[in-house]
Amino acid sequence: MSNLSIELEAPNGRKWTQPTGLFINNEFVASTSKQTIESIDPATELRIAEVHTASAEDVDKAVQAAKKALKHESWKHMSGTDRGILMAKLADLIEEEKELLATIDAWDNGKPYSVALGDDLPETIGTIRYYSGWADKTYGQTISTTRAKFAYTLRQPIGVVAQIIPWNYPLSMAAWKLGPALACGNTVVLKAAEQTPLSILVLGTLIKKAGFPPGVVNLINGYGREAGAALVQHPLVDKVAFTGSTATASQIMKMAARTLKNITLETGGKSPLIVFEDCDLEQAIKWSHYGIMSNQGQICTATSRLFVHSSIYEKFLQAFKAQVKEVSKVGDQWDESTFQGPQVTRAQYDRILSYIAIGKSEGATLLCGGEAQGGKGFYIQPTVFTDVKDSMRISREEIFGPVVTISSFESEEEVISRANDTTYGLGASVFTKDLERAHRVAEEMEAGMVWINSSQDCDFRVPFGGVKQSGIGRELGEAGLEAYTQVKAVHINMGTKL
Amino acid sequence: MASITLKTPHSGDYEQPTGLFINNEFVKAVDGKTFEVINPTDETVICSVQEASEKDVDLAVAAARKAFQGEWRLKTTPEQRGKYLVNLADLFEENMDLLAAVESLDNGKAITMAKGDVGACVGCLRYYGGWADKIEGKVVDTSPDAFNYIRKEPIGVCGQIIPWNFPLLMWAWKIGPAVATGNCVVIKTAEQTPLSALVACTLIKKAGFPPGVINVISGFGKIAGAALSSHMDVDKVAFTGSTVVGRQIMKAAAGSNLKRVTLELGGKSPNIVFADADIDNAISWVNFGIYYNHGQCCCAGSRVYVQEGIYDKFIQRFKERAAKNAVGDPFHEDTFQGPQVSQLQFDRIMGYIEEGKKAGATVEVGGNRIGTKGFFIEPTIFSNVTEDMKIVQEEIFGPVCTVSKFKTKEEVIELGNNTTYGLAAAVHTTNLNTAIEVANSLKAGTVWVNSYNSLHWQLPFGGVKESGHGRELGEAALDNYLQTKTVSIRLGDALFG
Repeated sequence: MSNLSIELEAPNGRKWTQPTGLFINNEFVASTSKQTIESIDPATELRIAEVHTASAEDVDKAVQAAKKALKHESWKHMSGTDRGILMAKLADLIEEEKELLATIDAWDNGKPYSVALGDDLPETIGTIRYYSGWADKTYGQTISTTRAKFAYTLRQPIGVVAQIIPWNYPLSMAAWKLGPALACGNTVVLKAAEQTPLSILVLGTLIKKAGFPPGVVNLINGYGREAGAALVQHPLVDKVAFTGSTATASQIMKMAARTLKNITLETGGKSPLIVFEDCDLEQAIKWSHYGIMSNQGQICTATSRLFVHSSIYEKFLQAFKAQVKEVSKVGDQWDESTFQGPQVTRAQYDRILSYIAIGKSEGATLLCGGEAQGGKGFYIQPTVFTDVKDSMRISREEIFGPVVTISSFESEEEVISRANDTTYGLGASVFTKDLERAHRVAEEMEAGMVWINSSQDCDFRVPFGGVKQSGIGRELGEAGLEAYTQVKAVHINMGTKL
Repeated sequence: MASITLKTPHSGDYEQPTGLFINNEFVKAVDGKTFEVINPTDETVICSVQEASEKDVDLAVAAARKAFQGEWRLKTTPEQRGKYLVNLADLFEENMDLLAAVESLDNGKAITMAKGDVGACVGCLRYYGGWADKIEGKVVDTSPDAFNYIRKEPIGVCGQIIPWNFPLLMWAWKIGPAVATGNCVVIKTAEQTPLSALVACTLIKKAGFPPGVINVISGFGKIAGAALSSHMDVDKVAFTGSTVVGRQIMKAAAGSNLKRVTLELGGKSPNIVFADADIDNAISWVNFGIYYNHGQCCCAGSRVYVQEGIYDKFIQRFKERAAKNAVGDPFHEDTFQGPQVSQLQFDRIMGYIEEGKKAGATVEVGGNRIGTKGFFIEPTIFSNVTEDMKIVQEEIFGPVCTVSKFKTKEEVIELGNNTTYGLAAAVHTTNLNTAIEVANSLKAGTVWVNSYNSLHWQLPFGGVKESGHGRELGEAALDNYLQTKTVSIRLGDALFG
């Protein structure tokens, strides 16, 4: 494949020149690989475009570029304030192009355009802007020891960071990774997901426009097993950050273990949502619906296991069914009334349908949905399983689609134990009006994040991440900076003589 | 209220607002009083501006209180607060030439220096814009029976009284942290230099700030300043200025509602040169340390101590260097030093020079007025001084320094600390241990090693002893504008029957 760009027109009429190469050293270059990645519109199953994929050789080029940029004075000697200014400029440029970027993510990923524009883009812009403010506010310490020593710590960048992001929020995930990495002075090679390769390349044009020195941010597309593996194992990569499936994360950790690379991982979840009898039922319905059905259920923190107190169980089921019927309108990205678009790829679509089949075979009750939508596009009906036993696979394994399991519980002690009975630990939601109960249950949840009376209610200023097999490390907030700096201690001898 | 058209050689004609800036509008003073603004370069009247009385202070405070209890606290997110500050920084950058020109016109500082000030304003506002959504409290685990968290909350309505030596920069230093943390402010500018702040106010509405968040009034310390510091509805007062006035403000706060007080006052900062210093660099920094801004810096390195081994060489070369400082019209690109800000300051400085001569100190260079129009004073060096002389103990606030000899490190640390002030200090040496030991031993809020007057918005700045309390700039400044609230939620039954 030789073309480095292609003229595209989205179904909403927006036209642009889509880069297709690998973004290395502020330029788009062809890959050495003969393979390409096809971006498919999940609503129509038609090809949008083909992009270059990175071979191991291309990955090496990108890493070398990042390494060179790391040591070059144009980045190395840039003050934190100036890094922040570049990042703020990038945020402004993304804001200027938000309609275009939302169009691309909607077309590529399948999410409704109104959601991409109203949620994904403000989050992307806000995250970069937030971290731009941190760039000149990270500190070392001076530490009091003895009169004979002046000790201080320096906070320094880790170095060349490899970042592998998923397809469920293409631009937001890029912003979550780039924000803290750049604020702390690192250089980056970021591999986008093969399911959603397009918006990251347009972001590349904005990185150059903002004025980042060449090689500071390199953006590539490629297959996990080739480009991803090459990136994770590259000797010049100092740190790996990955968001994706637990299975892949485990592979990455193994690869990183060989050279003891610094890694942070954000993986899957099977987050519980608990509805106590003293909740605001109407709000509980709305949030629990949103908590699994938004983004087509393709959320790592999706609250996919609902536990409802027995005294309100039947009432809840009826109301939830009605909510699904009223709100979960399935349609394409461009229809303003669409709530749920298609799943991102055929592979995901097939996987979710197979879980639905498993649920049926395990004997769960189907409250609604349970079938593919039919016709063109990877559409699946919003699906609700009830009378679910904790031992069922649909209750234990991450489905990553618009499929929720609901079961009832009797006591607080019981539901806490059942909610925690998972190898995952990403999010959790609790619905109650009782103040003490709220804090008490929050403390007991084995999760990185607990929402009281909401779900999927993230904020880029608040730490995000999982415990147990949901990941290592935290993103977002001030906590997100930790993963991207290293602490060096400097001891100045003020008098100890041998 | 209409503005008037003024002109500077750098900007050409421009619109100068003259009203009091309250609720995002320029208004006339209630009693309609005005006062004159003098151009220190030629002693002519530039224009008149509205003068705030106690009644106007009441109106401004009421506007700030309304905004604080309303939209600013209830609706505006921290992120938005930050964005407004960043917008303001961008607008300052776009209007750099105009703002610098007005500063040079009103204060007399060289246009190149004024531009430097505006650049520092941009950095400061942008820096605090980044802090706005990063104000964090803690969660503290005491026992299983309680969920405790600490909130950092804005204080409320803050009165801020700023000086004339860096009119715009002092304005930015005060607004940045106060507004980033969610407070509303009433700023009283110095009566000598009200103009640039009013021009900056035209950018506040444009930046997006709701009305009442930032209010700026021109007026006199004795009236408007006193009214602010003793106002029962002002929660905190921040003052930068002389130690004498700082005391009055503390008294006024104590006598009214015990409002919180932060003060950034005067200094008589020691600038210490060791024999192993890089002498060329030291001369350059010592010169800059006293003559920058015409000596009108709270942190000016006005007491120079030179180690005996290089004393003679140093004094000879410092004399030559000082005489080379280009004194003249602020609007000439080559000018380093313009006129002192006012007749009063001029008289005061000349008075100290006379004192020095009378006390028997040697005038190495300078010691006289330049010309007959405009408050210009020659860069002046006194040597052969004794520690008890007035010119060594008291803050002169002009282009006048004293130079003394010292033998040892221990001696100069004592000499350096022999003052009621404690704002800044500097050490010039190539020896690592000397630098750290002396820096750690000097009683000052900032110690520079091998430089002088190197301030940065990221680094806390302020004094010890009678140079003030509290720190401005850096993360430290945020604490001046926040109060700590502990919330403790009981998770369990009553303890007592």
